[in-house]
Amino acid sequence: MRFTINGREVEAEFDVRTSLLDLLRDHLGLTGSKKGCNQGACGACTVLVEGERINACLALAAQYQGRSITTVEGLATGGALHPLQRAFIEHDGFQCGYCTPGQLCSAVGMAGEVERGVPSAVTADLGAEAIALDRDELRERMSGNLCRCGAYNGIVEAVSATFAGVEKST
Amino acid sequence: MSLAEQAMKAAIRLAPESWLPGGTPDPLAARKHGALGAPVSRVDGPLKVMGQARFAAEVPLPGMTYAALVHGTIARGRIAALDTGAAEAAPGVVLVMTHRNAPRMKSPPVFMSAPKAAGPSDLPVMQDDEIHWNGQAVAVVLAETPEQADHAASLVRVAYAAAPAVTAFDEAKRRAHPPASILGEPASLETGDAEAALRGAAFKVDRTYRTPRYNHNAIELHAATVTWEGDTLVVHDASQLVDATAWTLAQVFGLREDQVHVLSPFVGGGFGGKCLWDHQILAAAASKLAGRPVRMVLTREGVFRLVGGRTATEQRVALGAKPDGTLAALIHTGVAAMTAHNNCPEQFTFPARHLYAAGAIKVSQLVADLDMLANTFMRAPGESIGTFALECALDELAEEMRLDPIELRRRIEPEKDPTTGLAFSSRHIVEAYRRGAERFGWDRRSPVPRARREGDWLIGMGVATATYPYYRMPGGAGRITLSKDGRATIEVAAHEMGMGTATAQAQHVAERLGLPVEQVSVSYGDSALAGTFLAGGSSQTASIGAAVIAAYDALVAELLKLAGNDSPLAGLKPDEVEARDGGLCRRDEPGRRESYASILARAGREAVSVEAEAPQPLEAQKWSMHSYGAQFCEARVNTVTGETRVSRFLGSFDTGRILNPKLAASQFRGGIIMGLGLALTEETLFDERTGRVMNPSLAEYHVPVHMDVPEIDVIWTDIPDPHSPLGARGIGEIGITGVGAAVANAVYNATGKRVRDLPITLDKLL
Repeated sequence: MRFTINGREVEAEFDVRTSLLDLLRDHLGLTGSKKGCNQGACGACTVLVEGERINACLALAAQYQGRSITTVEGLATGGALHPLQRAFIEHDGFQCGYCTPGQLCSAVGMAGEVERGVPSAVTADLGAEAIALDRDELRERMSGNLCRCGAYNGIVEAVSATFAGVEKST
Repeated sequence: MSLAEQAMKAAIRLAPESWLPGGTPDPLAARKHGALGAPVSRVDGPLKVMGQARFAAEVPLPGMTYAALVHGTIARGRIAALDTGAAEAAPGVVLVMTHRNAPRMKSPPVFMSAPKAAGPSDLPVMQDDEIHWNGQAVAVVLAETPEQADHAASLVRVAYAAAPAVTAFDEAKRRAHPPASILGEPASLETGDAEAALRGAAFKVDRTYRTPRYNHNAIELHAATVTWEGDTLVVHDASQLVDATAWTLAQVFGLREDQVHVLSPFVGGGFGGKCLWDHQILAAAASKLAGRPVRMVLTREGVFRLVGGRTATEQRVALGAKPDGTLAALIHTGVAAMTAHNNCPEQFTFPARHLYAAGAIKVSQLVADLDMLANTFMRAPGESIGTFALECALDELAEEMRLDPIELRRRIEPEKDPTTGLAFSSRHIVEAYRRGAERFGWDRRSPVPRARREGDWLIGMGVATATYPYYRMPGGAGRITLSKDGRATIEVAAHEMGMGTATAQAQHVAERLGLPVEQVSVSYGDSALAGTFLAGGSSQTASIGAAVIAAYDALVAELLKLAGNDSPLAGLKPDEVEARDGGLCRRDEPGRRESYASILARAGREAVSVEAEAPQPLEAQKWSMHSYGAQFCEARVNTVTGETRVSRFLGSFDTGRILNPKLAASQFRGGIIMGLGLALTEETLFDERTGRVMNPSLAEYHVPVHMDVPEIDVIWTDIPDPHSPLGARGIGEIGITGVGAAVANAVYNATGKRVRDLPITLDKLL
């Protein structure tokens, strides 16, 4: 089966029971995406499929044939870290680093959702033209990504600093 | 304690300070404006944000097999029948290992039974048909792919012959008994007659507090990638004690210690949970049986079934106060659930032994033996939940006396350690309270509960003391290698699980050697490196610190030898020189110097490498060495739903010198956040009928998420400890201590409801 992963065409043969996460980790050697529960509860496996964030542990790899997938390994471009990656280092948005790839991919996907005007559970006005990415919006939207080290303050700082100006642009 | 140990203790107390480690302050402790104390970003940060940090389950090996476990479903009894036929016939299966065909192995020496013993319990691992807890591994399936292994594991059929099991805490409590010791300390001690003093006290509270089981739930699943290279066992582990794991595995498999190599360069969170458990032993056994490498990754449920957590406790705190607000009696007693096979009595009475002055003090701990998975150390074992009981009781006493809770603590501040009589090495807890109160706005708190309301929300403030002991572990050693190009490497068999160890020690070595931080690297996470370290007891900073100092002293001596008679340093003794600007100089004549590069070049050396052992940690027997803090919480409780939200939190700490404020803040916050979980959301639900954990998933065990965590303010005194390496004391665990009580006290101040059993869930407030 063929996939586009981090901009490169990839072909792989695998057991049809294989999850997208296991395809990445065990078959393609892309171990940046992490396995923390394999049940969709921790968010460590978050990857982007055509820009939308999903839990790769809950996705059967076979369903994603022909799709374009971005993992943490694909966030940096041309050897330069993504601004969010730099911000995570600067604001100490991690300790052990295990949830970090999921937090990063999730935040990139989340910024896209805000930009598209997708409301969250704490969005006061569902009909608003623009959604400001304030702390509550950010924390609510990132709550699917657990961090047991408790780097939440640093993550919020890093995501805020990176996506401060992001809102629905209509 | 043996007579020899008692004599040793007495000798240390009488010995002049200068004879002991820590007798003279580390000159680096007071040095400002250098690498120490700078907010350096994590040295392993780039690897982690790029997804390039390789964890235990990510090490590729040729010919790998994948393991899946079958867990037992009764608490006590025997395996009556075992059918592995269907599993063995399933596609891709390499083998199924059970007690019938597992290699013969010795039981792991249980923790504290020998200096490097790391066994979670002394139970044999898959050696017989006996079942000791609900969830014990009864079969290991190895297959060519993880999917094949998982499927085949589902085909193993097991029948059990159940035996009577003790799985209810109340039943076990009836046969509770004192443990032989609590981490080497007596299980009970008493100064004066505390019960009599309590009876005669003007004000008193006498309460029972209960804390549940908790699980570490590091996000990285426990994993080991294992292979045998001839007679050498190589374990790529997620470990916070590589050296002790290697030694213990050597005992299990009848090998020499140097025939076991444990590597753990990255650990996806530990908190006490990433130690030696059955899965590494089973992976090594299965690999031996198959003659192929094995990757064993526990499922999240498997982590709950096979890796112990913090145990349940029932604690009594009784306080008797005199009219002047000093304590006549302080009593802290209780029971912790344990098993007959492990050694982890959850030292919840430790805070009461060292925190406050009282006319009479009584502490006593019992353990109640259950048929359950061995409990273990989890971030601030003892102190986290011990401070919950003690600091809630103080809050209750303060209200009884109509005294501000901070003022009460000021009045019971001791002059020396109340039970050991030792002088404190450094204690600025009153200052921590003063600074915290000012910054948090404590003066805005109403002493009367239910005084502040916004709509449906009642708002209250609470405070509690944080405390954690200073530990430096014996066995520390380090190797420093200094090369001609001015680069230094320190090698220690220590661990980096996100605490910032590698970064802080790079700063330390840089400052110690007079080099830029960028020219220093730290190697760790490998049992073949120098020394024995434990990423536990918040001990690594001091333990590595002392090892680096020892190695530095050896390095200076070696460099002076290499410098010879043609050097400006000729004739100087090690204690007459210091490191500065990439070389050594005479301490009182800095112009008389020679660079490392020059010394090595003249000697014709590419590099110089020395290894040295740290002295025994005797300082902790000479002084009462502890860290302190004041935890301030503002909680909002919804009057309709009973939901509690923490809206503000401040930790004000007194933990010695802070080596890196950026990473230290993260450590403090991380501890506090785990404390919020302990207080409000977390509980391992244990079915007292069957002994089975009922919520073995992150969906049903609720660790705090982004939305549960406000911005957490942390401040510190930064006053160096005169008796510790670098003037620092460890900070990994103190953050969680006191948080449970600060939250409970805030909830009481908000609602007038006193919850004495954790977690404070909404049903307890409605």
